[in-house]
Amino acid sequence: MVCKRIIPCLDCDLAVPEGRVVKGIEFKQIRYAGVPWELAKKYYEDGADEIVFLDITASHERRETMVHIIEKTAENVFVPLTVGGGIRTVEDAKKVFNAGADKVSINTAAIQNPNLVNQIAKYFGSQACVVAIDAKRRYVKSPDEAKDKIVVKTPEGYCWFECSIYGGRKFTGVDAIKWAMEVEERGAGEILLTSMDRDGTVEGYDLVLTDEVSRRVNIPVIASGGCGNLEHIYEVFTKTQAMAALAASIFHYGTYSIREVKEYLVERGVKVRLE
Amino acid sequence: MEEPKIRVAIVNYGMGNIRSVYNAFKYLKAEVNVVDDPLKLNLEKEKIVIPGVGAFEDGIKNIQPFISKIMEAISLGKPILGICIGLQMFFEESEESTKAKGLGLIKGRVVKIRTNLKLPHIGWNKLKIVKDGCPLFKEVKDGYVYFVHSYHALPAEEDVIVATTEYGCEVTAAVWKNNVYGVQFHPEKSGRTGLKILKNFLEL
Repeated sequence: MVCKRIIPCLDCDLAVPEGRVVKGIEFKQIRYAGVPWELAKKYYEDGADEIVFLDITASHERRETMVHIIEKTAENVFVPLTVGGGIRTVEDAKKVFNAGADKVSINTAAIQNPNLVNQIAKYFGSQACVVAIDAKRRYVKSPDEAKDKIVVKTPEGYCWFECSIYGGRKFTGVDAIKWAMEVEERGAGEILLTSMDRDGTVEGYDLVLTDEVSRRVNIPVIASGGCGNLEHIYEVFTKTQAMAALAASIFHYGTYSIREVKEYLVERGVKVRLE
Repeated sequence: MEEPKIRVAIVNYGMGNIRSVYNAFKYLKAEVNVVDDPLKLNLEKEKIVIPGVGAFEDGIKNIQPFISKIMEAISLGKPILGICIGLQMFFEESEESTKAKGLGLIKGRVVKIRTNLKLPHIGWNKLKIVKDGCPLFKEVKDGYVYFVHSYHALPAEEDVIVATTEYGCEVTAAVWKNNVYGVQFHPEKSGRTGLKILKNFLEL
């Protein structure tokens, strides 16, 4: 069996000359965390199984900056590299692959043009096509209240999950669980599933969301949003079928090293790569 | 004076991105020559690497112009490393395509992984060294490496298999016959273990 993966996520602000890694709280407030390729190298050396770069500025003008960051990173980082943010066409994807990325992550453009998922999967292979889903709970009094949505029971009440785009700035009315199943059909190789309710809160992953999606698709789900301690990562691996856990702030602010996370998991019987 | 660099040629035959393989050898301080014209292969001085991601049939089609040079290198005893589809092409045939014939450097065939688990087999998995003494795996014990594939090689002679991994069945991870080496996983994406394997190749 393949290992569960620990993935540090580097949100990149490309509005400064060489880009910088930042950490937002609930998709908003921004704090500075470091130089992208230096952080990536540090995490790689510490045992990260993969590195994710998300361009949070996501603007075409900054595309060259992202290419530069990927190139610099790929010189020293020898684990898979995933790049997302602002990829709208196969041509955009090609640029980041040529720079050294192994996978691209698409979100907004996929919702606006679902065929992009098919195109990227066909052109570069499913293994290179990650669809990112930013989901927010929409509470209802009863399942009848949202008949066309998949309503699930949570400790906080009934809800369905709504996809957002543009980094959480716009809501779409799209059911996140249904969308996850659709992108699998279209050829996505992986789903990067972020809970917008939990992102930046350090209260733990949304286990209900992660469980509901990971049970319904056969492709790996990367749990994201809310990781604040080691227990959260253990929990998401044992209570849901997530294959990977993504975290940012616990690594950026040195709360835990990746090695510490892995040692903790190995002690508790979770299969991870530890060398 | 600096030691002369070890020279390696990466065959660029249009099968996926070779940049990470290039970066890994650069990182290991090799002099890397990316070759898209067989005439530019320097058999005297270069070790040959055949990377590649994609379908068997496309690989075989695209590698044609290089075949005579590759055969010459092998007969000269030069080390050659196939990665992923590069390894698979060393065999006689593949279930993936009935049309394309493999290079036949190693007897046996490439088959779809017979597993109940999901294919492709993607991710980090543990190596099991099943044959001692392969210089490519010197000081590499049971490290984790990164796989992305649905097919694997089943050599006719079992002692060609150097390493396997477990994925609902035993999967061939590495093969070795004389100066021909093949790895099914991606050493260029396999952290320190992968780099060690590439370093071992440079030192052959």
